[in-house]
Amino acid sequence: MQQSLVKEGGAPLDAVILLAFTCLGALGALLATAFSADPLFRFHGYVFLIAFIVAAGVLTVGISSGRFRGDPKSYEDGVIRAGVIATMFWGVVGMLVGVVIAAQLSFPRIFYFPEFGWLNFGRLRPLHTSGVIFAFGGNALIATSFYVVQRTCRARLAGGLAGWFVFWGYQLFIVLAATGYLLGVTQGQEYAEPEWYIDLWLTVVWVAYLLVFLGTIWKRKEPHIYVANWFYLAFIVTIAMLHIVNNLALPVGLLNHRSYSLFAGVQNALTQWWYGHNAVGFFLTAGFLAIMYYFVPKRAERPVYSYRLSIVHFWALIFIYIWAGPHHLHYTALPMWTQTLGATFSIMLWMPSWGGMINGLMTLSGAWDKLRTDPVMRMLVVSIAFYGMSTFEGPMMSIREVNALSHYTDWTIGHVHSGALGWVGFVTFGAMYCLVPWLWKKDRLYSDRLVEWHFWIATTGILLYITAMWVSGIMEGLMWREYTPQGFLANSFVETVSAKHVENIVRTIGGLMYLTGALIMSYNLWRTIRMPSTSKEDSAAALPAMAVAS
Amino acid sequence: MSPRETDDVSGVETTGHEWDGIRELDNPLPRWWLWTFYACIVVAIVYWVLMPAWPGLHGYTHGTLKMSDRAQVVRDLDALKTQRSAEGAQLRNASLEQIEADPKLQAYALAVGQSIFGDNCATCHGTGGTGGKGYPNLRDDVWLWGGTPEDIQHTITVGVRSDHPDARFSQMPAFGKDQLLPAEQINDLTEYVVALSHRPANAGAVGRAAPIFQANCAICHGPEGKGDPTKGAPNLTDKDWLYGADRADIHGQIWNGRGGVMPSWQKRFDPETIKALAVYIHANAAGQ
Repeated sequence: MQQSLVKEGGAPLDAVILLAFTCLGALGALLATAFSADPLFRFHGYVFLIAFIVAAGVLTVGISSGRFRGDPKSYEDGVIRAGVIATMFWGVVGMLVGVVIAAQLSFPRIFYFPEFGWLNFGRLRPLHTSGVIFAFGGNALIATSFYVVQRTCRARLAGGLAGWFVFWGYQLFIVLAATGYLLGVTQGQEYAEPEWYIDLWLTVVWVAYLLVFLGTIWKRKEPHIYVANWFYLAFIVTIAMLHIVNNLALPVGLLNHRSYSLFAGVQNALTQWWYGHNAVGFFLTAGFLAIMYYFVPKRAERPVYSYRLSIVHFWALIFIYIWAGPHHLHYTALPMWTQTLGATFSIMLWMPSWGGMINGLMTLSGAWDKLRTDPVMRMLVVSIAFYGMSTFEGPMMSIREVNALSHYTDWTIGHVHSGALGWVGFVTFGAMYCLVPWLWKKDRLYSDRLVEWHFWIATTGILLYITAMWVSGIMEGLMWREYTPQGFLANSFVETVSAKHVENIVRTIGGLMYLTGALIMSYNLWRTIRMPSTSKEDSAAALPAMAVAS
Repeated sequence: MSPRETDDVSGVETTGHEWDGIRELDNPLPRWWLWTFYACIVVAIVYWVLMPAWPGLHGYTHGTLKMSDRAQVVRDLDALKTQRSAEGAQLRNASLEQIEADPKLQAYALAVGQSIFGDNCATCHGTGGTGGKGYPNLRDDVWLWGGTPEDIQHTITVGVRSDHPDARFSQMPAFGKDQLLPAEQINDLTEYVVALSHRPANAGAVGRAAPIFQANCAICHGPEGKGDPTKGAPNLTDKDWLYGADRADIHGQIWNGRGGVMPSWQKRFDPETIKALAVYIHANAAGQ
C-alpha cells in the first residue's frame, strides 16, 4: 500500500492529493471570507485561509525538492514526535487557563477584567475544558495511537502524509475552537461548544484519522489485533458517531457562524448528555485505557495479567457505557424511567471499568519493586489507582439519592478532576516520559529526580484539589437543602458561594501545583531531547515487518 | 504467534500472542470481580422492577412502587403549604401595622422576608441590603419612594420604571446629552448641587446657577433641593448619593439623567410574601 503511493522519480501521490486539497481549501476559505458579512465568521475564514496557504506552500516546496518519500523500512515517527510536543504545549496552556479561572472563583474582585470581556469566566471555562480534554488529551491519544498501532502491527503508518494531515488538521481545529470561545462563537453545549463549520472540519480530520488507523491495522503483520488497538478503535469510531449526532444543526446561513441544533428542549438535553457522558467514556476512558494497555506492560516488562479479562471488560464497557448519559439529568424534565435506566446502567458499569484497573495493576505482579526504582512506573500505577477511585465514585454519584446531594455542587468538579488530573493526566505523563527517550533515541530521561519532583508536587496538588472539592461540594449541597423550622430555605445562594471561599483557594493552590509539575516535566523532556543520542540503531525486532523480511 | 509458555513469576501460561514484546497471561476472570459484576446486574434488575424503567410502545413500566417525581413534588409542595398555612393565613389577613404589633407574627414575617430577600433582592441591593452605586441602600433612613411599610410594600409590588402599568415612575432629563442646557450651565449647576450638600463650592458658579436650578430642577427636587418622595426625586442636601458624591458623578448625573429599573414582583410572589418582605426591609432600616 505504502509502496504503491511512491512511484520512482515522480512526485509522491499522497503529497500531490494533499496539495490539491489545500489549494481547493484555500480558494473556498478565500471566497467565504470575501463574501461573508459576519465578522466572526470572516475571522475564522482568515484563520482557515492562512492555514491552507501555509500548508500549500510547505507542500509545494517539499514536493519540488523531492521530499515526502516515506521510507517503508522504518516507522513513521516524525508525526508522533510532533504530537508529543503538541501534547505538552497544549497541556500547559489548558492547565494555565484552569488555574486562572480557579483564581477568578477564589478572588472575583482581583481576577475580574471588565475591560477585556473575552477574559470573562464564561469565555475561559470552555477554553480550559476543551484545552485539557481535546487539545492535551486529544493530541496524546493521536500521538500514542500512531506509535502503538505501528509497533503492535509491525507496519508503517498507512496513508503516507495522511498522518500529518490528521495532526495539523487537528491543531487547526483546536485553534478555531479556542479563538471561537474567546470571541463568543459557541453553540453552548458542554464539550461540544464549537460551531457548525468547525464541527465539519473536525469530521473531515476525524474520518482521515479513522482511515489511517484502520489502514495500518489492515496492513498488520501480526495474526491478532492487540487489546490497546481495540480500545483505540472503539474510541475513534464512537467519538465520530457522538460528534456527528450531537452536532446536527442548521446554520443560520452558509456564511454565518451561528447555527441552531436539530434537537430542542429535553431531547436536546438528553442528546447532549449522551454525547457528554460518552466523551468521558470513549475519549477519556477507552482511549486512555489503550495507552495503559501498551505502556504499563511495556514499562513493567511483564505480560498483561489476563487476556480473558481484557476481552470481557472491553465488551462490557462498550455495551454499557453508551446508556449511562441520563444520570447527568436526574430530577429534571427528563422522564423518570430514563433517569432510572441511566442510573442502573451506571451501576452495572462499575465492574467493567474496574476490569481495566485490575488488568493494569496486576500486570505489575513480579515487578512491584519498580515502584521504588522507577518514578515513571509509579506515575502510571497511581494513574490506575485514580482511575479505580473515580470509576467507583461515578456509579455512586449516578444513584439518584446520592445525586440529589452532589448534583450541581463542587463534588462533581472534584470527581471530574480526580479522573482528569489523576487518571488522564498521569497516564499521559507516564506515556510521554516513556515516548520521548524512545522517539529521540536516548537511553534515559535527562533527570529521574525531576520526575520524582513532578510526581510528588502533582500528586499533592491532586489530593488538595479533590479533598477541597469534596468538602465544599458536600457543604454547599447540605446548605442548599437546609430549611428553617418555618419551612423556608435557610441559606441564600450567595451565602453558599461565600462559604466556599477557603476551599476555592485550596483548589487554586492544588491546580497551581499540578501546573508546576507539568512545567517541570516540559523542562525535563526538553533537556532529554537536547541530550546527545546514545541509543544504538533499532534492533531488527523494532522495525516494520517489511524491513525484517528484506 | 509464539508458543504458549509458562511465566516464571506467576506460573501461569501465556496465551501465545506477542506484540512488540508484550505477552498476555491466560489468567481466568477474578472471581470477586465476576460476582460483583453479577451483583450489580441483579441490583439493576431489582431497581427496574421497583421503579419506572423500560419504555414500551404505549408508555413505560411504572414499577411496583409506583414512584413519580411529579407526584412527589406535588406532595412536597402540599406539605409545605400545610406547614405554613396557619401563619400564612394570619399574614394574609393582618395589616402591616398588626403584623408589626404581634411579636409572633412579626418573627414569622421576618423569617419569610429574610429567605426571600437573600435569593431575590440581594442580587442588586447586596446581602446586607446596603446597596451600591446605582442600587439604593435599604438600611438607612433615605427613601426615594417613601419608607413606611406601605410605601415599601407598594414599591415591591409595582417596581420602579418596570413593565407594571402602575409602576413608580420618574425620569430626570438628560440635560447635557439632550442639549437642554449648555455645558457651562451644567458646570455651574454641579457647583450649586455640591453647595446644597453643605460642601465648599465656587461661589460665583453657585450664584449663576441659582435661577437655573429654580427653573429646571426645583419642580421635582423642591426649591430647597430637599427632594420629594411622591415623585421619586432624591434629597440633594444630605450625604446620600445614589450615583456617587464626587463632582464628576454629579455632573454625569445632570448630563445623562440616569434612572435605574426595579422589577415588579407581583407575578413572582403572592401578597403575603410581599407583605413579609416589606416588614423585613422596614424592620432592618433605620428610622420611619
